[in-house]
Amino acid sequence: MAEAIERFVPDGASVAMGVGLEAVIPFAAGHEIIRQGRRDLELIGPISDALFDQLIGAGCVRRVTAAWVGNVSEGLGHCYRRACEQDVPRSLEVHDHSNFSISLALWAAAWNVPSLPTRTLLGSDILRTNPNLSTSDRMVQVQAVRPDVAIVHVQRADELGRAHAWGPLGITEEAGLAAERVIVTCEELVDPEVTLSDPNRILFPETKVAAVVHEPGGAHPSPVQGHFRRDHAFYRDYAAQSRSAEGFEAWLRKWVLDVPGRSAYLELIDLDRIRIKQHRLSAPADFGVE
Amino acid sequence: MAVASREIRDGDLVFVGMRLPILAYAVARNSHAPTARGLFEVGLMRDQPAAGFLGTMGDPPNVAGALWATRMSNVMALMAQGRVDLGFIGGAEVDRFGNLNTSYVGDPNKPAVKLPGSGGGADIAILSRRWVTLMTHEQRRLVERVSFITSPGHGDGSPGWREQNGLLGGGPLAIITTLGVLRFPEGGGEAYLASFHPGHTVDEVRRETGWELQVADAVRETPVPTEAELAAIRRFDPEGFWTT
Repeated sequence: MAEAIERFVPDGASVAMGVGLEAVIPFAAGHEIIRQGRRDLELIGPISDALFDQLIGAGCVRRVTAAWVGNVSEGLGHCYRRACEQDVPRSLEVHDHSNFSISLALWAAAWNVPSLPTRTLLGSDILRTNPNLSTSDRMVQVQAVRPDVAIVHVQRADELGRAHAWGPLGITEEAGLAAERVIVTCEELVDPEVTLSDPNRILFPETKVAAVVHEPGGAHPSPVQGHFRRDHAFYRDYAAQSRSAEGFEAWLRKWVLDVPGRSAYLELIDLDRIRIKQHRLSAPADFGVE
Repeated sequence: MAVASREIRDGDLVFVGMRLPILAYAVARNSHAPTARGLFEVGLMRDQPAAGFLGTMGDPPNVAGALWATRMSNVMALMAQGRVDLGFIGGAEVDRFGNLNTSYVGDPNKPAVKLPGSGGGADIAILSRRWVTLMTHEQRRLVERVSFITSPGHGDGSPGWREQNGLLGGGPLAIITTLGVLRFPEGGGEAYLASFHPGHTVDEVRRETGWELQVADAVRETPVPTEAELAAIRRFDPEGFWTT
């Protein structure tokens, strides 16, 4: 993980994360970005369930291009509030979107066009505050958003970059296609014969994937279908502790700065409480040819 | 919660979204709307409410047994085609014309409060056929004019505002609060008090509203939850995570 972040997430990079919405959020990758002290990032995503709040609170972020930044089950993002209201720990530029418009912005980049038209956001003041949105002839033009890197967490991948994900995908595909490159973190590292047995389930062209990191539990506290339920209590504790800047700093030390990596972090958690134990396998698809 | 669920009609395709509406959908589906379907912007369609507790729409129980697991843009496609009958949107502030603010209190360049943002709220407000918002009834939340329109309702309240501005759906039907139900006239305009919840009064609702609230001639007490509605609330929120 440290090497992937070191090589592909430089200072000033634009980074798409949390593109599966509330599930499969790449928290382990985000925490490594914080540990490496990255600065001036642009974060791109739809909603962000606490991860963007943490990166903002840690001072890594210059701009947020997103539809929603907070804590889904608990409400407000306290670090996001401090940055926008008091410039603490630093000032933050916000490019507001809706969920639909950030998806379109990424599709525009994926298809290599300057913008895509839509009716969403007509009548919304978001058109006034985001310079990358304009209107003409009762249509909104959503300018392309092109991340330098998209980071995604999936159930399984092989070391050549074929990632399998299942469950709802949010804006994962357009984020991967729009980005210059993709970092995949996975619960299971599998042989190519597993991924290639079901090419429909492969998320991105392997040519986009720059790094694959085997990081079990790398999405905690967000859920991963078939592996972990959402750790609601962890989000509740984060909301309570991050209410003050001092509380957030203590939280950050305990869960990010004072742990060398994800395996040490997971030792602090009773994973059995949220591990999914009753499996529910889909029927296999027949790719036979003769 | 029971009141919100009653806005869902049997057979509706409902854009459910996050937090409380997840429970309203479950209640409707288990009482008066057994053939409604729910859409979730994460990329899901369901008929039966999830078997387990949901903190978010992306929780594993919401995916197991889904009718469709897909990408967000496919779900938005249905809404952009006008195929979503009802949406739910939460808000921090709402004004007399049903415009919602979930972005900035005060100047966006130097906000007094930075709220989380639109999420899918603006999309639902503009594209779904009709929608409902749920809110704690306080003067600071029900305001004369919102300082920032994240999700447009009936705009400046003038007749035909939505159509003139190219908004696809019909806009807000109701503001359901902790004190009562405010509705809008057909074709848009200003909210009026349609009913007050048991234990509250018209005067109290007017006092807690940040504008001179109109009251329907036929204003009445909101019907209490039925046994079926209460049973569904207890079943889908057994620990009172969303309802206490």
